[in-house]
Amino acid sequence: MLAFIESTDHELSQQAVVFARGCLGPPDEGGDGTVSVVAVADGTPYAPAAWAQAIVGRIRESAPVVVLAPGTDRGNELLAHVAAILDLPLAANCTDLGGRGGEVATVSRVRWGGSLLEVAHVHGSRLLLTVAPHAVPAAPIEVPVELLTPDLAGAAAVVRERVEVSTAGVSLADAPVVVSGGRGVGSAEGFAVIEELAALLGGAVGCSRAVTSAGWRPHSDQVGQTGTKISPELYIACGISGATQHMAGCKGAKKLLAINPDAEASIFASADYGVIGDLHTVVPAISAELLKARGA
Amino acid sequence: MNVLVCVKRVPLTGGRIVLTDDERAISTKHLGFTISPHEECGAEEAVRIVEQHGGSSTVLTLGPPEAEEQLRDVMAIGVDRAIHLVTDGDEWDPQATAAAIVAAVRAEAAAPDLIVFGNESADAGNYQVPIRVAHALGRPCVTGVQAIALEDGGGTVRLEQEVPSGARDVYVVPLPAVVSVKEGLNLPRYPSVPGRLRAKRKPVQFSTPPRPEPRLELVRLAVPPGSGRQVTVLGHGPEAAPAVVGLLAELGLV
Ligand SMILES: Cc1cc2nc3c(=O)[nH]c(=O)nc-3n(C[C@H](O)[C@H](O)[C@H](O)COP(=O)(O)OP(=O)(O)OC[C@H]3O[C@@H](n4cnc5c(N)ncnc54)[C@H](O)[C@@H]3O)c2cc1C
Ligand SMILES: Nc1ncnc2c1ncn2[C@@H]1O[C@H](COP(=O)(O)O)[C@@H](O)[C@H]1O
Repeated sequence: MLAFIESTDHELSQQAVVFARGCLGPPDEGGDGTVSVVAVADGTPYAPAAWAQAIVGRIRESAPVVVLAPGTDRGNELLAHVAAILDLPLAANCTDLGGRGGEVATVSRVRWGGSLLEVAHVHGSRLLLTVAPHAVPAAPIEVPVELLTPDLAGAAAVVRERVEVSTAGVSLADAPVVVSGGRGVGSAEGFAVIEELAALLGGAVGCSRAVTSAGWRPHSDQVGQTGTKISPELYIACGISGATQHMAGCKGAKKLLAINPDAEASIFASADYGVIGDLHTVVPAISAELLKARGA
Repeated sequence: MNVLVCVKRVPLTGGRIVLTDDERAISTKHLGFTISPHEECGAEEAVRIVEQHGGSSTVLTLGPPEAEEQLRDVMAIGVDRAIHLVTDGDEWDPQATAAAIVAAVRAEAAAPDLIVFGNESADAGNYQVPIRVAHALGRPCVTGVQAIALEDGGGTVRLEQEVPSGARDVYVVPLPAVVSVKEGLNLPRYPSVPGRLRAKRKPVQFSTPPRPEPRLELVRLAVPPGSGRQVTVLGHGPEAAPAVVGLLAELGLV
């Protein structure tokens, strides 16, 4: 078993190593019983194809039965390069490994950003997979990590520099409270009431794709399958219908409050609390009540 | 500058996913179809590049006959022509998909300078077709791209890739190249009525490649267990505000 990790203190890397240990069990159950953990030394410029070549070199040395990486942007990218070089199938974002017999392995993996699960057969002499975030709990990596040294000479795609993007206020991904608006907000100006409540709660503003497509908010505010995935203490969804692709981004919220005049809206099936009503009157009333409670 | 953008037809599910009886697909009886938002941004970028630098744009899909609808949608925003690799409706695995796309690219009279993909398909989310295509064609590949700028008179392209902290890694790669893009790259335009009419007459080239045996083989799908949440209605209209603030206090947020 060979696990590629981003770094020892990276939570998803730790999860991947836990997954690797549990993968095929002891040798008498078809596993090779050992887990090698490899990484690329910090400070090495990121060059996906070249890093993948280094992983392939290591695979050729020890011929592991299973090769895995965390289901992060880089984990998925690197194993896809490895799979392309070795002409093997790759199962991305697996939640479970059901076993392997002959040259067929059974895996479970996520689709639609987590809204659907798939059981798949993976055919090949070696099983390549990435581990979906939170498929298993993380634990510190206790085995020695081998460092690979990719050969960057001649690599066409190499990171030249990292540019910081200036962000104002609380970041959407880390905010304890997110107040989100959907098509029901009606306009860019309509977000004033959402912003006011978010500010009062020390939270961030989020939105649905209907809103970004209309140009009312930037894509960096979008919650969902193709936006940001968040897990705040409280998510307040105003004027959002609850499409599966939106819920893929906020189902990790500890508590969810929905405000919508349509009592049949599917958001209520995923909510802990609901207010049936027009956000344009409900949200300002909550802000006013909050100021009153604080004695302002 | 010739730009090729690859898109995949997927069902537009609403609030709940219902599976077919054999549990191998989403029941689409009452659903419309679309492409991934990432791919919409890819198509918009293809149109912008050709508007600025000249050349021609092409959209490609591998999918059932009905996927012509998605090709026309993409041509309605300004893409010039389409390639339709027609299937019988069964999903192809990523290796087979990439191989069919590579064959179609090799058959082009003028090889595309830039091939644009979505970062991941909306339904399968395999995260690999673009990388497999790039590898087979011997081209550099950058994924998760949120900014594209041609430089050097079109000889190279500067690409920005978002990293989890919100910062961006910058690559400069020579053309021809392969990129996969994420939503946020641009704000796709809506098709105009004349755009839709023009799209009806734009050329689509059809072929039916044979489907190889899948090596990543879908066995069955399942809807994950529900959120387990039970909604408590706090009230109707603005009169619910005190109850909401009571809840906020309970959560320690007042
Ligand atoms: C592959 C793919 C990826 C996607 N990724 C995302 C994603 O990342 N994020 C995302 O959000 N979407 C995503 N979508 C789009 C998604 O399918 C929905 O189209 C979108 O989430 C709908 O946004 P909405 O709920 O704001 O709008 P609608 O579905 O139109 O709902 C608007 C709601 O507002 C309510 N409303 C109307 N007036 C008021 C009022 N005055 N006060 C309160 N409520 C009111 C209505 O009752 C309704 O429930 C994706 C789609 C696809 C196909
Ligand atoms: N059937 C298909 N037809 C055309 N392009 C596809 C197809 N499947 C995947 N792609 C392209 O490859 C990208 C990544 O897909 P995937 O590797 O399945 O996550 C998608 O966003 C599309 O751009």
